[in-house]
Amino acid sequence: MKFETYQTEDFFDELFFENGEPRACAKPLIDTINELPDGELQRRQKTAEASFMDTGITFAVYGNKDGAEKIIPFDVIPRIVDAKTWENLEKGLKQRTEAMNCFLNDIYGEQKILRDKVIPENLIYTCTAFRKECIGLVPQRKIWAHITGTDLVRDKDGTFYVLEDNMRCPSGVSYVLQNRRILKQTFPKVFSKCAIRPVDEYTTKLREMLEYLAPDTTDNPKAVVLTPGVYNSAYFEHSFLSQQMGIELVSGNDLIVKDNKVYEKTTQGLVQVHVIYRRIDDEFLDPMTFRKDSLLGVAGLFEAYKAGNVALANAPGCGVADDKAIYTYVPDIIKYYLGEDNIIPNVPTFVCENPVKMNHVISNIDKMVVKAVSESGGYGMLVGPHATEKEREEFKEKIKANPRNYIAQPMISLSRVPTITENGFEGRHVDLRPYIIQGKDIYVIPGGLTRVALKKGSVVVNSSQGGGGKDTWVIAPDKGAPEQGQSIKFMQHQQQQQQQERRN
Amino acid sequence: MLSRVADSLFWISRYIERAENTARIIDVNLNLMLDLPGEERLFEPIIKSAGCSEIFYNKYTKATAENVMDFLTFDTDNQDSIINCVSIARENARCIRETITLEMWMLINKFYHRLYDKKIKEEMLNNPHNFFTEIKEFCQLYVGIQDGTMSHGIGWNFAWLGRMLERADQTSRILDVKYFMLLPDISMVGMTLDTVQWTALLKSVSAFEMFRKTYANVTPQNVSEFLILNKEFPRSVYYCLEHAERALKNIINHQKTDNGKKSMRVIGKLKSILEFSTVDEIILHGLHETIDEIQLRLSDFNVSIYNDFINCVWKI
Repeated sequence: MKFETYQTEDFFDELFFENGEPRACAKPLIDTINELPDGELQRRQKTAEASFMDTGITFAVYGNKDGAEKIIPFDVIPRIVDAKTWENLEKGLKQRTEAMNCFLNDIYGEQKILRDKVIPENLIYTCTAFRKECIGLVPQRKIWAHITGTDLVRDKDGTFYVLEDNMRCPSGVSYVLQNRRILKQTFPKVFSKCAIRPVDEYTTKLREMLEYLAPDTTDNPKAVVLTPGVYNSAYFEHSFLSQQMGIELVSGNDLIVKDNKVYEKTTQGLVQVHVIYRRIDDEFLDPMTFRKDSLLGVAGLFEAYKAGNVALANAPGCGVADDKAIYTYVPDIIKYYLGEDNIIPNVPTFVCENPVKMNHVISNIDKMVVKAVSESGGYGMLVGPHATEKEREEFKEKIKANPRNYIAQPMISLSRVPTITENGFEGRHVDLRPYIIQGKDIYVIPGGLTRVALKKGSVVVNSSQGGGGKDTWVIAPDKGAPEQGQSIKFMQHQQQQQQQERRN
Repeated sequence: MLSRVADSLFWISRYIERAENTARIIDVNLNLMLDLPGEERLFEPIIKSAGCSEIFYNKYTKATAENVMDFLTFDTDNQDSIINCVSIARENARCIRETITLEMWMLINKFYHRLYDKKIKEEMLNNPHNFFTEIKEFCQLYVGIQDGTMSHGIGWNFAWLGRMLERADQTSRILDVKYFMLLPDISMVGMTLDTVQWTALLKSVSAFEMFRKTYANVTPQNVSEFLILNKEFPRSVYYCLEHAERALKNIINHQKTDNGKKSMRVIGKLKSILEFSTVDEIILHGLHETIDEIQLRLSDFNVSIYNDFINCVWKI
């Protein structure tokens, strides 16, 4: 399989220029693939898939009783981001994260931004993710959204836009780590030629952040990961992260609250827990405060949290910041709190709550992507140009019935990455979700999850809708000595950092 | 260690041990069938010792080799079929994926997928001996990998405890059922058929070779002594109890709390009864009665483990 006939077809291609030449950062990879004997790439693709199956990175197919399980489709051709592009993205993501944290502190505190009329008050109070229980609450270290994932897309001219913020413990980072593990086995030689920034640091950063949140009353903080259980579609990730961090994975039944303190039930009695990385939605966290019928959470957890005896990551109430209607105000939020212009632009968005904009959306629905503000995972959305007349009409009615629930964006012509298909390499549309950890400082994983719409022409990348994954390579800034190999440089870099920290 | 995690480790071991025992019994009886042409009732005691006659005869009219193999291996209605044992073990392993090692997980996971392979039944029927050997080897490999890759702390000891209890239970059960089924008529004692069957019994717990090194004659008395009281054979009831006690001691020592003292008494009592009994006394008392008592006490022990470690009344 070779790239000789590969076409970019008037889209922005992450690995190739329009004239068919590979971009500088992609050249070592493209050359390597072109040199492979016939069938070798497909063989490596199969090995990669088998590795997912053997290590159990699978999900059960619902309604299938014969034990069949599937892997999330994976394509071995990575997306590559050059150092300079990444530098700018990283700056932009940090800026956004910082501003959003100010916003959350303000919105559950003094609400200055509402009084100054930067954001309309009713937008907050009609947001389903706004938790009135959290008003007046100050979480440990004043951090709300500790782990976030920001969905980025790239348009025809190569500009990155923020498509969506995910503040409610977004999943997928385990795939980033696994994809990398597998690609290192697939293209070992390319790794030694390029300075690809490693991603393994993520779990160390994650644990550091969790322990940083522990109440000051303890010298020996105990952090755990709280999962809704083995049937959750992200269960693999919960168990993988806790294993990689070396902390326990618990379910609601393993925890108990006494005197506003959280304990885990062990073979030697109760042991106090100080920090919970919870992968359960707000509503299910505590049947005494939120949904009464929740069997997943822990009774009394919210009171313990309010008393400051346990930290929750992410803090309950975070979701208000990733509401799709609040999203349109993020540039204003950044300006308001940081006094800066936003570095990564938003996709222009029409909030249907505004009657003028709603009418514009309805009359241009064939050019728009319409999304329900409270849904995720690619559900409740309409891709106007690809929809049938009947679907469009149905959506118009839905919008008119509940305008607050809908936003619309012009169709972005998503960038593409070459992908293995039955007909050789073809471009497929991708987005990018970098993961960000906010603790003592802000850490952005170099790269993130590249989701790819595997169906020809499709722009919906969600795994529930036929999407798959790719590894994302970020090239290290100092390209001075690529022949030296990334591992040596990485170790030198770490050594320097440690020395510096000791001096500080 | 989280109680739930300890519980899972305990049960993974039990289920894998159970799968191994089932594979052994089937394999030995298939072999025996070749020595006893025309004997059709060989597989009945297997169903009985597995304690699932009712479910079996609801589905099948006759205990033929093929029916029994299918029922004990692939029938998901049979709670203890090999495929169910492996599935439950895997489900438990998935729940504590972060606690066990990658190698342990990959082994269980791969084997689970193998049992759900579409062609696997055909493979079993074409060459049952190879198939059941593969199952036995998988189970032994699991024990070996666990032993060699997991720290021998609290969790590992819970796994060991589970394995020893399951083994004690299986050995006593096999002995009990065979004891009745093997003696259709008192006049047959000591005849060839009898000897062949007692030998098969030994083989089904993989004990024949070791038995031979201790005893010259395959008699019911010798076999019972070996399988209940022998102190060195790793599948004798006594051996299993002694090692269960050791595992429990290790857990208590690791934890430095009072949890487990009650279980210690229960297992200690049972072990000393066997320690100071002779096989003559057992037979005088009645083999079946003795085994009944062992099983009752094993089940008490299980309950006290559960109360001591898994579902304690939570006090601060």
